[in-house]
Amino acid sequence: MKFISEYRDQELVRQYLQEIHRITTRPWTIMEICGGQTHSLVKNGILDMLPNAITMVHGPGCPVCVTPLGIIDEAILLALRQEVILCSFGDMLRVPGSAMSLLEAKARGADVRIVYSPLEAVRLAAEHPEREVVFFAVGFETTAPANALSVVQADKMGIRNYSILASHVLVPPAMEAILSDPETRIDAFLAAGHVCTIMGMNEYDPIVAKYQTPIVVTGFEPVDLLQGILMAVQQLERGEARLENQYARVVTREGNRLAQDVINQVFDVSDRAWRGIGTIPLSGLEVKGDYSGYNARAKFKLAETAVKENPDCISGEIMKGMKKPHQCPMFGTRCKPEHPLGAPMVSSEGACAAYYQYAQTLHEA
Amino acid sequence: MCLAIPGKLTSITAQLDETFRVGKVSFGGILKDVNLAMVPQANIGDYVLVHVGVAISVIDEAEAHKTFEYIKQIGELEDLGPDQPKPQQP
Ligand code: SF4
Repeated sequence: MKFISEYRDQELVRQYLQEIHRITTRPWTIMEICGGQTHSLVKNGILDMLPNAITMVHGPGCPVCVTPLGIIDEAILLALRQEVILCSFGDMLRVPGSAMSLLEAKARGADVRIVYSPLEAVRLAAEHPEREVVFFAVGFETTAPANALSVVQADKMGIRNYSILASHVLVPPAMEAILSDPETRIDAFLAAGHVCTIMGMNEYDPIVAKYQTPIVVTGFEPVDLLQGILMAVQQLERGEARLENQYARVVTREGNRLAQDVINQVFDVSDRAWRGIGTIPLSGLEVKGDYSGYNARAKFKLAETAVKENPDCISGEIMKGMKKPHQCPMFGTRCKPEHPLGAPMVSSEGACAAYYQYAQTLHEA
Repeated sequence: MCLAIPGKLTSITAQLDETFRVGKVSFGGILKDVNLAMVPQANIGDYVLVHVGVAISVIDEAEAHKTFEYIKQIGELEDLGPDQPKPQQP
């Protein structure tokens, strides 16, 4: 398919790898933020082909994984109400809450539906005026405009039986939290290409300047990832720290203004708890007061409860790059994608699940 | 989660006002309805990047080619000999 297959070209992959090997003289630790990139790196066996001196650390960039247990419990509570149709993206259904998953709630008679787009949920609300349609709106900046658009559209169409349960997280505050943690050592970042498609690159200038850490905005295909890694290593080897854009076919410096506008129209920036990490100030989005009629939390008077994580899970260390998934004693034994003990095993974009799924392609190092 | 897929805009199917448009996008032959509210500049024939039913960007074809040029600039393609001119697609 155009704009996909050519970025998987084996010969080009080989050339990029060769160049990375040629220029690497010292050990470097590079974090890719986005879970989609983690998935692609592991699936395509890229981690094994990089020089040993380069350690890829897998960041917290999987919104499904970092959604706190308490919010999943809220969604399940809503789904079990008679009048509610609860819609979400497929990945959310399997995620266990403290008592059950949405899928199990569905088996108990809850009306839970998978939608491909939040706009489908709005259509469902229009078709079922007698029901309350709630969309479980998770995601990063990439997904926020579509979720916000669904609220604007429902409002324009006069649909009142639609609301969203928002669990939105923002990337730059998480990067800062990682960089300012004294236990972390990250030499460079690959920034998440699709987040930057929306937000542009300006948010990253202060991070590069403050922490003197190179950031390369990077795409998702093998050639993109290798080019992003190469650009990062080039900077590191030269002792530079700059903001670069590997993914210029999609990402502009300003990002998508219309998408930013619709986010600002519907959401306010708020503090947010990240599963496996903790609360990061100003790292999430909450529905604005003007749209409180579309905020499931306000509409159904929900109070988020803090639920304890499993103490055996070392996801904090995984996400800080201190340990690899297979170094966790629970990995593949008590913790599997069917029974995740912690955030990174929850969806295929989490580091633990990615390693589990493609374990045969990884060295048992 | 942040997966977004490129597809070709083949037609505009609804236009509520100047910004609110819906179109059909072909993903390798599979057609889907896509909201175009965030890409008012997109024309039929353009490749757009689609995430959860919403087009979030128009792909810049000139920039797309630079990914392949990049490694050439470093000189790694020299050993492959001079460029073969590719036959033009009609
Ligand atoms: S393998 Fe499971 S328990 Fe161990 S860190 Fe990963 S998610 Fe947590």
